[in-house]
Amino acid sequence: MMKKFFAKAYIYILLLLLYAPLIFIAVCSFTEAKVLGNWTGFSTRLYANLFSNAVEGGNSLIAAIYNTLIIALVAASVSTLFGTFAAIGIHNMHGARKRAVQFMNSIPMVNPDVITGVSLFLLFIFLHFTQGYASVTLAHITFCIPYVVLSVLPKLTQMNPNIYEAALDLGATPRQAFWKVMVPELRPGMISGFILAFTMSLDDFAVTFFTRGTIGLETLSTYIYTDARKGGLTPELRPLMTIIFVIILILLLITNIRQMRAARRAAVR
Amino acid sequence: MLPYVIFMAIFVVLPLLLILVYAFQDGEGHFTFEYISKFFSDKDSLSTFAVSLEVAIENTFFCILIGYPAAWILANKKYNRSTVTIILFILPMWINALIRTLATAELFSMIEIPLGKGTLLYGMAYDYLPFMIYPIYNILNRMDPSYAEAAEDLGANQWQVFWKVTVPLSMPGVLSGVMMVFMPTVSTFAISEFLTNNKIKLFGTIIQENINSSTWNYGAALSLIMLIIIGITTLLSNSKEEQTEGGLI
Amino acid sequence: MTDNDVIIKIEHLSKSYGDKVVLNDINLDIKRGEFVTLLGPSGCGKTTTLRLIAGFNKADSGTIMMDGKDITDVPPYCRPLNTVFQRYALFPHLDVYDNVAFGLKLNKMPENEIRMKVKRVLKMVSMTDYEDRDVNSLSGGQQQRVAIARALVNQPKVLLLDEPLAALDLKMRKDMQIELKEMHQKLGITFIYVTHDQEEALTLSDRIVVMDEGKIQQIGTPTDIYNEPVNSFVADFIGESNILNGVMIEDRKVAFMYHEFECVDEGFGSNVPVDVVIRPEDIYIMSRTDNAQMTGVVKSCTFKGVHYEMFVETETGYELMIQDYNAYEIGSTVGLIIKPQDIQVMKKEHVCNAYEGVMKGSDHVEFLGSEFECLPCGFTDGDKVRVEVDFRKVDLMDDKEDGTTTGTVVSILYKGNHYYIKVKTECGEDIFAHTQDVWDKFDMVGIKILPQDIRIKPLAKDE
Repeated sequence: MMKKFFAKAYIYILLLLLYAPLIFIAVCSFTEAKVLGNWTGFSTRLYANLFSNAVEGGNSLIAAIYNTLIIALVAASVSTLFGTFAAIGIHNMHGARKRAVQFMNSIPMVNPDVITGVSLFLLFIFLHFTQGYASVTLAHITFCIPYVVLSVLPKLTQMNPNIYEAALDLGATPRQAFWKVMVPELRPGMISGFILAFTMSLDDFAVTFFTRGTIGLETLSTYIYTDARKGGLTPELRPLMTIIFVIILILLLITNIRQMRAARRAAVR
Repeated sequence: MLPYVIFMAIFVVLPLLLILVYAFQDGEGHFTFEYISKFFSDKDSLSTFAVSLEVAIENTFFCILIGYPAAWILANKKYNRSTVTIILFILPMWINALIRTLATAELFSMIEIPLGKGTLLYGMAYDYLPFMIYPIYNILNRMDPSYAEAAEDLGANQWQVFWKVTVPLSMPGVLSGVMMVFMPTVSTFAISEFLTNNKIKLFGTIIQENINSSTWNYGAALSLIMLIIIGITTLLSNSKEEQTEGGLI
Repeated sequence: MTDNDVIIKIEHLSKSYGDKVVLNDINLDIKRGEFVTLLGPSGCGKTTTLRLIAGFNKADSGTIMMDGKDITDVPPYCRPLNTVFQRYALFPHLDVYDNVAFGLKLNKMPENEIRMKVKRVLKMVSMTDYEDRDVNSLSGGQQQRVAIARALVNQPKVLLLDEPLAALDLKMRKDMQIELKEMHQKLGITFIYVTHDQEEALTLSDRIVVMDEGKIQQIGTPTDIYNEPVNSFVADFIGESNILNGVMIEDRKVAFMYHEFECVDEGFGSNVPVDVVIRPEDIYIMSRTDNAQMTGVVKSCTFKGVHYEMFVETETGYELMIQDYNAYEIGSTVGLIIKPQDIQVMKKEHVCNAYEGVMKGSDHVEFLGSEFECLPCGFTDGDKVRVEVDFRKVDLMDDKEDGTTTGTVVSILYKGNHYYIKVKTECGEDIFAHTQDVWDKFDMVGIKILPQDIRIKPLAKDE
């Protein structure tokens, strides 16, 4: 009984410490005080400001949010498409070639962000590629693809290898077999891959920081970074962080519940 | 398949080769050892490097110390039955580390704890703890309970079961946890700035400074050194590490 | 058989994956309406043959004709045949109805016609009430029925079945065998069935094609294959058998187990080494020994439900498996009789190991990818020679280091008083050995041959 109490207490204390800063931000998003930590009474003005574009210091925060979303959406879509085909290709490979491609695929995941960022920065310099929207998006696609591949590959291994052939056998052309049989089978993996890629892109700071060039492109993380270095966060960032936190919470719960349901269905079988 | 291989070759392999190329090149494109030797003769760089390694090792150690018991409790059906608790632990991984770090720093300044080495280590452990807990939890959770039962059957008490069966079998999880904590800590740059108010500089920071101030070649040389450190760690842990199946979500 | 009777004609079909030859010059005619089974151990090429007929893989050479038309290069979706897969391969995202309707919908058939056909075929496989069920919720047997319905609904001329019952439990498998047989009779279309289960093949088929190592070993009706196996592989693979070395002394006279027997076989020539097969139920066993051809001592006796299975050691040192309705006490002496018509004589495929080799100096010869020491024999360095080694002289050792070369045991045949073992060497060639030692399949062994046991001869003219 004592053991159980200590075990539970340990977990809850860790969780409390883990969430303290996030809760702190969330609480402070409901007051107007300029300095984080001061409480000047409950208010939802920061939220109102955020949504009505009335952020101090112009529209740069809104632009950053906009950029972040666009880049994440494009990067996640492209890498989902690309990564799915790549996964099918890898799945059908054998031996040394397969290992080589899988190794290449794992590099961006193992490499720290700084190395990925610096190496891509050097690439764009080397190719005389103007750094900006395009370079950041390409960089994001680069580190997102491996995660899509890794999400789709298990679906391919779980899939009955004869399914595609069964479709051909029943008269489907390779194209029909792909769309009518493979895609529905791979869809769960593609969706997790997309979500994974999307959050990775949203989250990224280091790679964006090195590949955005000098045109003044800001995403949310680089904005926060510059903002914090200037001293003190823009108060409107607090509601924004709170919203992001809630969205991620919901996304994660959805995917996990889906997974649990799928697992339960498999268990029933 | 071919487009994918070409894409990865251009955006993954070529850039890494470019680090190598730029590290051994001077401004005019001639081969030189200048930047590599500059690192080994520059006291500041060397001490930053040493501090980075020290912080990374300490942080990894703390994460194991705190994270292992947590993962063990979470994977133990006696103490925890809900998946929600484990989701709560991995959830912060998906929140921008910058945001979490800033919030931690602000919290410190509110309760008036001076920023320095202590706060840096706390913040690092705070940022990376979930990355340690998750892989260990994963492997403990999938571990066949009959191993422990077999050990008990052969006369091991609970303590012996833990040290002689559970811990050795969970080593692959600990190793991937070490990879997921050590690598980002040794290379991080923004986090240390916020947590120490720029008092402690880490290796990532000097790479970033050199790239930003257009001394790319030196930046590339420093990146190459970091790549070597990472290569060594990967090799060391890869020899034993088992591929952890499935993604995080 | 006129050409019109043949629905599928396979000629000189070969297929390799890398260095591994999976199919080696297969020739096979399949008649309209026939139930043909491709039978063999795993890796014998039976599934590859089926997949080539279905069109999932491309042959390296050879042709497949269907109804007189060459379909070798026709893609699978244009071939008028359908497949039932080993693990069913039902589409998990579709329900039973949509799985069955898949092929019809691709053909743009009107909805009401599809409905009618699906209902009819589901009724035939007794799955009428399952239309809306999720295929993942069905049992193995039910999934198999849906898979059969899905293939049959397209009215194929030929139905290919790739070990369709392998994943079912024994009881279910027996039931499905009967249903498949009935279905075949009712539909009148050609079934090509792949299995490694000899009992299943004997039960179901009109004709059996026994395959091993990418080659057809024997084609025939179940009775032919069981009663008159053409070689020791077929005899060993189909049913239980005693396989022994023998010598055909003259027509109708064969010697084995140091004893001469009358038999019914002719045309082997005189004093020719042969393999002899006797089924365990064909040896008469009795407690009296005076009229017997041979005597032996019962070593073990096990009850097998209908009969007893006994191992008897003959006075000449051979061990025979005997099945009889009566049990004989262990240790007792019994008399044995084998009737002429129960002795099946088969030509030996190999009499000794023979290779083409190259001399290395005067006292070494290279074959099987290694250099062996041999006795000087008048040939000089670089000469191409024929190398012969008796089965008895091939020494297999546990420690791979002790051998001149190494290999993997690929097949084991018990021949009454020794094992006849086939070893695939590192260089991919086979070597056969007679040994008293017990080896398991896939054991790694060292291979040693003493210098005096290597016979070196000039190359024959046609080699």
